[in-house]
Amino acid sequence: MDDLLSIEDLDAGMITRILDTAEELKDIAVRPIKKVPVLRGRTVCNLFYEDSTRTRISFEVAEKRLSADVINFSAKGSSVSKGESLKDTALTLQAMGVDAIVIRHSSSGAPRRLTEWVDAKVLNAGDGWHQHPTQALLDLFTIRERMGRLEGLNVAICGDVVHSRVARSLVQGLRIMGAEVTLVGPPTLMPSHVESWDVAVSHDLDGMLADLDVCYLLRVQNERMAEQFFPSVREYARIWGMDIDRLEVMPDHAIVMHPGPMNRGVEISADVADADQAVIVDQVTNGVAVRMACLYLMLGGEQTGAATEVTPA
Amino acid sequence: MVDPVRGTTQTGNVVVEGETIRSVGEESAGLRIECEGLVCTSGLVDLSSHLRQPGREDSEIIATGTAAAAAGGYTAVSAMPTTEPAMDHAGIVEQVLRLARETGRCDVFPVGAITKGRAGHELAEMGAMHEAGVRTFSDAHHAVVSSQVMRRALIYARTWDAIVANHPEDTSLTEGAQMHEGAMSSRLGLKGSPREAEEIIVARDLILAERAGARLHVPHLSTRRAVELVRDAKARGVRVTCDVTPHHLVLDDSNLVDYDTRFKVVPPLRTPDDIAALREGLQDGTIDAITSDHAPHPPDDKDHEWSYAPAGTVGLETTLSVVLAELVDPDACPDTRGNGTLSMAEALALLSSGPARARDIEGHGRPIAAGEPANLLLFDPGVIWQVVGDELRTRSRNTAFEGHEVRGRAVHTVLRGKFTLNDGKVV
Repeated sequence: MDDLLSIEDLDAGMITRILDTAEELKDIAVRPIKKVPVLRGRTVCNLFYEDSTRTRISFEVAEKRLSADVINFSAKGSSVSKGESLKDTALTLQAMGVDAIVIRHSSSGAPRRLTEWVDAKVLNAGDGWHQHPTQALLDLFTIRERMGRLEGLNVAICGDVVHSRVARSLVQGLRIMGAEVTLVGPPTLMPSHVESWDVAVSHDLDGMLADLDVCYLLRVQNERMAEQFFPSVREYARIWGMDIDRLEVMPDHAIVMHPGPMNRGVEISADVADADQAVIVDQVTNGVAVRMACLYLMLGGEQTGAATEVTPA
Repeated sequence: MVDPVRGTTQTGNVVVEGETIRSVGEESAGLRIECEGLVCTSGLVDLSSHLRQPGREDSEIIATGTAAAAAGGYTAVSAMPTTEPAMDHAGIVEQVLRLARETGRCDVFPVGAITKGRAGHELAEMGAMHEAGVRTFSDAHHAVVSSQVMRRALIYARTWDAIVANHPEDTSLTEGAQMHEGAMSSRLGLKGSPREAEEIIVARDLILAERAGARLHVPHLSTRRAVELVRDAKARGVRVTCDVTPHHLVLDDSNLVDYDTRFKVVPPLRTPDDIAALREGLQDGTIDAITSDHAPHPPDDKDHEWSYAPAGTVGLETTLSVVLAELVDPDACPDTRGNGTLSMAEALALLSSGPARARDIEGHGRPIAAGEPANLLLFDPGVIWQVVGDELRTRSRNTAFEGHEVRGRAVHTVLRGKFTLNDGKVV
């Protein structure tokens, strides 16, 4: 696998390979020594231009479990705040011989631009409203783990789709794997030209609950209210928020997902977040395995063979 | 010879004496330049060039900007008020005119700001700028969003029958916008600029200009509906002119797929349907001019993440060639369209006499006839070449047409009887 910039660049075979690899690597987390030497001697830089403690730690754990040397670069308090451009930072990392760069950036397309300036493999850890491929992959992994399959499932993605890189990546991932997707939420939070997305759109969450296998709730940011995408948090929660009453309408086998961090009481009520049907903690756990799989396939795959053949370090 | 004003074509001599054309068709006794295979036409006129001096000399200076203009076949360019500080008072206008006299290779017509600092709030001193030589006022890529300010500007400019050119963009709809709003912006995760942001201001400005009886110029149209609005207004007799850029006539938003910042322009690249409408607007005379909107930015500024890069593409050296390559059928006679969007004569009129008339630029875009100023362009219509930013004479390298194969190239540019481009070399 080369760079990982977008789910669009993957096909069903590749996604399955990543998920299968992640499944094997997940076992490492339950071993007494949670480390394999497949990326020993490789240097990975976590280049975070946007704060995200959760994602950065998840990547760092994944990198360390694979024995990579890890550099963390955060834009705050760095040369970036002194005015250094992404290109100059990239050239510095290139000169230092970094093997892979995990980049998080508030500007859509920044990882794509980065590939023009460095030879290192580039892994997109979220760019603007564009893509968050490892999030989509860990979501697919979690769904497959619970439901045993992806094809033919009925998935609703509910909330602020227009500003969501998670939704963009996940919709593509689900469609590639043959799941049916419905976007739910107020029309102001649906992307323009959503008809080009190959999904159904609904504004009526209640009307579809009974048929869902997966209800995926997106974080609704408070500033969207200030920008008049909807009139109030309370109105949003009443019409599109997941609560216990709505959960009970869903089939018994159905699950509730959320990429975190959650706004309890807005898109998801506290009791739903803690309910058995909510797999939000599984998503976090699986995030490490999926990121290990991506890094392994990008950096180690060819040299060392299958990950599970390697004995613990 | 292709006369852009009369739309006539003929073969013959053009005899220049001093600064004027002495005769057309006669033999000349003096220096003779063989022009076999070249097309002779009126020097081109640009309505929107960002020459950046004073203030952003790292992007462009008047000397390099006008050298690029001469190389592209232009004898006159309009210098936009995107200087630092803004060209919003007579002092800067005079400075630009002095620099143009001392270092320029074409005539420079300064465009004064409508409002102080191009901020859209207080009217700039139009009277003083008019006295210094300004005939058109524009806040460049800053829209005058306040209807009150725009109305006053139009009415006030009537004092001199001056032209107000307002960038059509309702900025309340485009805050943070990075590209055209559509399926592509949705896919790329970039905030979109909807067509209605442009159309609302075009419609409003047309209403204001109509009521005020004032002269309005709508720059760089980019949507189907905006063309229709201008077409309808012209039919009602509104005193409006408009232009379009070569990149909006050729490139659509699918080019943005790799976030290459060369394609970041304002207004944004739209869709094939908008391109078709713009071309129809050229064919039926709704659109008066094709403008380069030459907007140089140094590589360090463009080599950024998409959302941090400034918008704009250079154009003075490529506009003629892009128009000939994309809009004109190479096998058609100069005065017929053939399979092209425009005949060569129509294309040349849109690049010279059309813009000169739309914006009161005197002495340029004139007929090729005895007694007229000798502002001429001779170009080779057949030569095919590839656009390479690094080979351009402008100080910046940001061309949206990088790598494009284009057709036709200026060989000689003549400003009042003197070469500014001679055999492909800027003089």
